[in-house]
Amino acid sequence: MAFAVFTLFFDNSCVNRPGFCFNKLWLRFKAKKESYSVATTGLASSKSFWQSRRFRDAMVAYAFILPWVIGFILFVGGPIVASFVLSFFRWKMIAPPRFYGLTHYINMVTTDELFRTSIWVTFKFVLISVPIGQVLALGLALLLNQRVLLLGFWRSAFYLPAVVSGVAGSVIWVWMYHVELGIVNNGLALMGLEGRNWLFDRELVLGSLIVKSLWNIGIPMVIYLAALQGLPQQLYEAADIDGAGEGSKFFSITLPMLSPAIFFNVVMGIIAAVQTFAEPYVMTGGGPDNATLFLGLHLYQNAFHYLKMGYASAMAWIMFLLIFGLTVFQFGLASRWVYYEGGTR
Amino acid sequence: MFAGNETVATAEGLGGETFSRPSRLRTLLLGNRFRSGMVRLLLVYALLLFAAFLFLLPFYWMVNTALKPPNQVFTLPPTWIPKPAMWSNFLTAFTIQYETDPPVYNYALNTVIISVNGVIATIFSSALVAYAFARLEFPGKNAIFLGIVSTLMIPFAVVMVPQFIIWRNLNWLDTLWPLIVPHWFGSAWNIFLLRQFFMTIPSEYDEAAYLDGASRWHIFVRIILPLSKPALAAVAVFAFVFFWNDFLGPLIILSTPENFTLTLFLANFNVAYRGTPWHLYMAAALIIILPCLILFFFSQNAFLKGITVTDLKG
Repeated sequence: MAFAVFTLFFDNSCVNRPGFCFNKLWLRFKAKKESYSVATTGLASSKSFWQSRRFRDAMVAYAFILPWVIGFILFVGGPIVASFVLSFFRWKMIAPPRFYGLTHYINMVTTDELFRTSIWVTFKFVLISVPIGQVLALGLALLLNQRVLLLGFWRSAFYLPAVVSGVAGSVIWVWMYHVELGIVNNGLALMGLEGRNWLFDRELVLGSLIVKSLWNIGIPMVIYLAALQGLPQQLYEAADIDGAGEGSKFFSITLPMLSPAIFFNVVMGIIAAVQTFAEPYVMTGGGPDNATLFLGLHLYQNAFHYLKMGYASAMAWIMFLLIFGLTVFQFGLASRWVYYEGGTR
Repeated sequence: MFAGNETVATAEGLGGETFSRPSRLRTLLLGNRFRSGMVRLLLVYALLLFAAFLFLLPFYWMVNTALKPPNQVFTLPPTWIPKPAMWSNFLTAFTIQYETDPPVYNYALNTVIISVNGVIATIFSSALVAYAFARLEFPGKNAIFLGIVSTLMIPFAVVMVPQFIIWRNLNWLDTLWPLIVPHWFGSAWNIFLLRQFFMTIPSEYDEAAYLDGASRWHIFVRIILPLSKPALAAVAVFAFVFFWNDFLGPLIILSTPENFTLTLFLANFNVAYRGTPWHLYMAAALIIILPCLILFFFSQNAFLKGITVTDLKG
C-alpha cells in the first residue's frame, strides 16, 4: 500500500503522455514554484532539501526496501529481542510469564544433562561432517573438472540428493539402514561382511547420520566446480614451464585460488549443520539413549512438547551464539589462509 | 583441465616421434606420457563411476522397493529387481486413507498452495528490495545491506518461539497463513543473490530510461526484471524446492491432518501405518520428491546459475 502511495507521488513516467496524471499536477506545481523562486532570488540553490532529487530518490529507495523492513521488524528483529527477553522468564503458555533471571542459563549447565548431551552431539556432528563433506565435495569437483565426457550426467548424479527434502531423504536412509531388509546390510552380506544395526546402536548412530549428510553435498560441489572452471590458465602454464608436478600445482595454485570458495562453503556448511533437525527427528527421534539428540531437536521438544517457551528461547540463544562464535572464529582464521585475488585481505 | 593439457602435449610428442622413429604403434601403446594419461583417465572414470554408484544407490533402493509386490518386501535376501513391477503401488500410496485421515491429495494441495505462493512472494519481494540496493542511493544503504546479509546467520530456532506466539495471538495456528504471509517480505539470501545479478546489468539501460522520464518503478518492471530472467528463474527453482521440502515450519504451525503438508504426511506415515508397508512408504516418498526431481531435470541451468551467480571474491 505504502509503496503504491510513494510511487504515485514520485512517478514521473507519464510526463510525456496525454491524459490525467497526478504527476503532471505535481510537476506543474513544482515548475511554477521553482520559476517563482528563481525569479525572486535568482539562485538555483535555494531549492530546499525536501525538493531535491536526492531526497526524492532516497524516499523511492526506502519505498522499495519497505517490505524487507516491515518483515524484519515483525519476523526477525522483533522476535530476536522477544526471544532474548523471554529467555529470562519462565513461561509454559498457561500462566502468565514469571521472571526467572538467569535460572534457565544456570539450569542448562547444572541440571539439564540432556542439554550438555545435545551440545556435544551437535559439536561432534559439525566437526566431523563439515570437513569430510567439504573434502568430498572438492574431490568430486576436481574429478568433474578433468574434461570428462557426460559431464552433465555425473554432475546431476551428485547434485540430485540436494533437491530431495530432509524428510524424504531421511525416510530413504532409514530403509537403507534397515537391519534385515536394508541395502547396506544386504550389500555387506554379499561381500561376506557382517551387517550392523546402524540406527539402533548408540556407538554407530551418529556416524550413520553423518554418512547420510555426506549424500547432500551437491551445492558445495557445484560451487567448487564453478570456482575451478574460473581459475586463470596462465598460472598453470607458468607452473608447467617451471616443471611443477601435479601435487605442487594443486597445493600452490588450486587450493589458494579456491580458498574464498572453501571459506564460503565451510561457513555455510557450519550454519546448516548446527541447525540439523529433520534427520534426527525422522530417523532416530534423538535415540538410541539420546545419542542423536541434536540441539535443534532438544530445543523443539522443550518448546513444543513440554511448552517450556522461556527455556527453549534460552537454548535458541545458545544455538545462535554457537553459530555466531563459529562464524566469527572462521572469519578470524580467514585472514590467515583465504586468498583474495587483487584484494588486500 | 589437466587431462586436456596432457592430450595436447602427447599429440605433439607423437608427431615428433613419427619423424624420428618408425614404430608409431609401439610408441602409442608404450609411450610414457600417453600411458600415464590413459591410466589417469581410467582412474578418473573409475572414481566417477564409483561415486555415482554410491550417490544413486539410495534412489535405486527407493524405486526398487516402491515397485515390489507386497509379498516380496520382506523376503530375504531381497529381490534386486522387482518382478513383476507393481506400478499400482503408486496409486495405492496416493489414494490410501487411514481411518479418519484425509486423502493424500489433500496434503498435496496444501503443499502446492504453500509452494506456489512462496515462489511468487519470494521473487517479487526479494527483487524489489534487491533493486534498491543495486541501483538506488540512500542514506544507510550499506549498513542496512550488511544487516540483511547478517540475518543469514540467525538460526530459525531463535525466531521460532516468538513467531509461534505471534501466530497464536492472531489465531492463525493450524492454518496455512503463517506459511504464506511472511514470505512476502523478502528473504535475505535471495535479496543478496538478486542484488549481485542486478549489478551486472549495465546501468546505461536504466539511465537512458530515466532520462526519458521513466520512474524507478517502471525501470524495475520494464527493464531490470525482463533482463534478469535467468536469475529470477534460479531464485524460483530454489524457492520451490525449499517450500516444497520445508519441514520445521509446517511442523510447529499445523496440527490437524487436514492442514498437513506432504513432508508432514511422510514423517507421520510411519506412525499412521503401524506395520510400515515399506513398498507404499517408498512409493509415497518417490511421489513426493518427484516434482523436485522433474524440476531439476528441466531447469538444470537455473539451478547451477543460482548457486554460482554470487561473486565469492566479495
